[in-house]
Amino acid sequence: MSGGLEVELRDVRLSLDGFEACFDARLEAGSITALVGASGSGKSTFLNLIAGFDRPGSGRVLIGGVDMTERDPANRPVSMVFQENNLFGHLDIAANVGLGRSPSLRLSATDRADIAQALERTGLAGKERRKPAELSGGERQRAALARVLVRDRPVLLLDEPFASLGPALRTGMLDLLTALQRETGMTLVMVTHHPEDAVALGGQALFLEDGRVAASGRASNLFGPQGPEAVRRYTGRT
Amino acid sequence: MSARATAGEKAGLAALALLGLLAGGAFAGLVLSATRQGGDVAGAFDTWLWSAARFTLWQAALSTLLSVLPAVLVARALFRHRTFPGRGLILGLFALPLAIPGIVAALATLMLYGRAGLLAPVLAPLADGQWPGVFGLSGILLAHVFFNLPLAARMALEALEAVPADRWRLAAQLGMGPAARFRVIEWPALASALPGIAGLVFMLCATSFAVVLTLGGGPSASTLEVAIYQALRFDFDPARAAALTLTQLALTGLLVTGLQSMGAPLTGETNLTLARHGYVPPVSRSQAISGMFVIAMAAAFVGGPLVAMLLSGLQADLPRLLGESAVRQALVTSLALALASALLAVALTLALLRLRLDREKARRRGVSQGWIEWAAGNGASLILLVPPIVIGAGWFILAVEAGQLRLTGIIGPALVTTVNAAMAMPFVMRLLGPAHDMAAARHDRLSANLGLTGWMRLRLIDLPALKGPLAAGFAFAMALSLGDLGVIALFGSEDFRTLPWLLHARMGSYRTDDAAGLALILALSCLALMMIAARAGRVRA
Repeated sequence: MSGGLEVELRDVRLSLDGFEACFDARLEAGSITALVGASGSGKSTFLNLIAGFDRPGSGRVLIGGVDMTERDPANRPVSMVFQENNLFGHLDIAANVGLGRSPSLRLSATDRADIAQALERTGLAGKERRKPAELSGGERQRAALARVLVRDRPVLLLDEPFASLGPALRTGMLDLLTALQRETGMTLVMVTHHPEDAVALGGQALFLEDGRVAASGRASNLFGPQGPEAVRRYTGRT
Repeated sequence: MSARATAGEKAGLAALALLGLLAGGAFAGLVLSATRQGGDVAGAFDTWLWSAARFTLWQAALSTLLSVLPAVLVARALFRHRTFPGRGLILGLFALPLAIPGIVAALATLMLYGRAGLLAPVLAPLADGQWPGVFGLSGILLAHVFFNLPLAARMALEALEAVPADRWRLAAQLGMGPAARFRVIEWPALASALPGIAGLVFMLCATSFAVVLTLGGGPSASTLEVAIYQALRFDFDPARAAALTLTQLALTGLLVTGLQSMGAPLTGETNLTLARHGYVPPVSRSQAISGMFVIAMAAAFVGGPLVAMLLSGLQADLPRLLGESAVRQALVTSLALALASALLAVALTLALLRLRLDREKARRRGVSQGWIEWAAGNGASLILLVPPIVIGAGWFILAVEAGQLRLTGIIGPALVTTVNAAMAMPFVMRLLGPAHDMAAARHDRLSANLGLTGWMRLRLIDLPALKGPLAAGFAFAMALSLGDLGVIALFGSEDFRTLPWLLHARMGSYRTDDAAGLALILALSCLALMMIAARAGRVRA
């Protein structure tokens, strides 16, 4: 596995339909970071900037010290998992995971072995030929994670990946995610509404407000009783 | 149950009864004629009938093919290019044919491709110096594609726009090229929408009346609907009309069942706007050029007849036309009928919506509702199964059998109003339904709690909450009725004529300039109403 790369948003500014964002942040190689904040605070924009779906008006996006600002999404060392729609409905699970290796699905024997291994690792062995609609919501997100493993990029971005799962499933998925991160050393950035998810990930956290990083630190500190005022206002623990 | 519920109940049941009477009366007319002249009805299933049935299906299949295949290319091009100047204009242009009456479109086709059409000088060299014009199948196909290519393109575009933006982001991240994107994203989205689109277009073309009446006719290019009209109007042969009607009913019944099993919409598009989309997949240079070419061709094809209609309409002596008493009379009759049928359509729809909601609630409480709830929910779209000309034919036969053809002075207007209202109902239902159910969910319990019922509730709560959709439904129904040449074709006469009927009569007597002027007036009126409908529909309570 490739290990992680440092991610840096250097004085990045952009405006989208009247929404102004301004980010200046550095995420260490191999670190875990949770992005927490209210709807419209700019969490998804933060991820879209790293992935290249949104381009900054000014400032630079660097990954592993290399300027990525002008690069297409496909040429960035990044994988992304969305809340939904990670799988293509008419392709079976193996093919959906295989897309992480070849977008035209021309797969070698090694590729196939890797796919099988990734499915095994995410607990989906035996479900290769199922269609996404035949899987549960949790299984679909596991398949998305299997594709991340096959894709093997140093940075993993997740946009509220477990928001539509129940509490027990969510805990299980968080455990799987942290385990995978430990094994691969990926730099992991996850957007979530839930401070307890951020704490469970056991890494750093950025608290976003109005398109800005309003507070940052270890997740357990940030969302603890001694956390900053703005964060406590959000969590309701005043 | 409160008093309001029973009042609503009565209104809803009355609406169902009216629809039932409309279809039942037509059916009674057919049965009556069949029993009177039993042997003849069976005898009327002759080769001529089968050739009309074959032509109905053949032209509909060709029209569908010629509309839907190019529409997919157009939709893809429009989806990819979302920033070029004039894109909104082209989407607007594609909404225009829907607002234009069939008879006007048929005339516009002649004005462009006809023997003396705008394109005749250009096309003449292709036909050894004398362009013969389009007629029969070629004319029908041109007019049908003019209507349905833009409709199909808009529906296919909607299917593409419905793909979640994250899908495109994912494809971009995975590095999919155009071929992979088409295979993995675009084709599945289109493939799931295409059967519905093709089914709807086929249905519209198989039941199209005004276009075939104007451009076709004769044994070689006659659909069942036109044959019914001719059997009654020219041959005065109720037995043949009954046989044709039964065939037509069987055909549309099969089509509607097929369409519904595919989950296809029966009413097409009613709104003139499209949602915007967040993520733009990248476009290569060659794609951009071919895409713009496809869009330009489609725009020219749709715009051509409209321009031809405008030019020849403006050449007509409009002041003289408007001064003619026949025209003024037709205009007044048309407006009065349109107003009445729009009012009726909206009232019937509201009544059915309320009835369905009440029955649905009652069923949730465990009270079995049976067919009434089903009829309230589906009655509006079921009416599409019975083409207007068939209802008209049934009642026409009934009036003849009763020896009361002179009464058509009363039956005619009543029937035109009711049938036009019924035909508009599925569309009004689609415009009004969601808003009505949402408002009901918001207000029902509070109104019951405050004892707000009946007329007071309608005036204070429902009408203000539904103002926008109601206005939209009303204007839409009015436009449909204004441009309709259906039942009026059977019942129309010197004493009872609408604008479309007059237009058809003027075309029949080769007064082309008059026809062009009338077509322009009619088209602009319908267009104005449709624009009101679109604007009102966008205002949400």
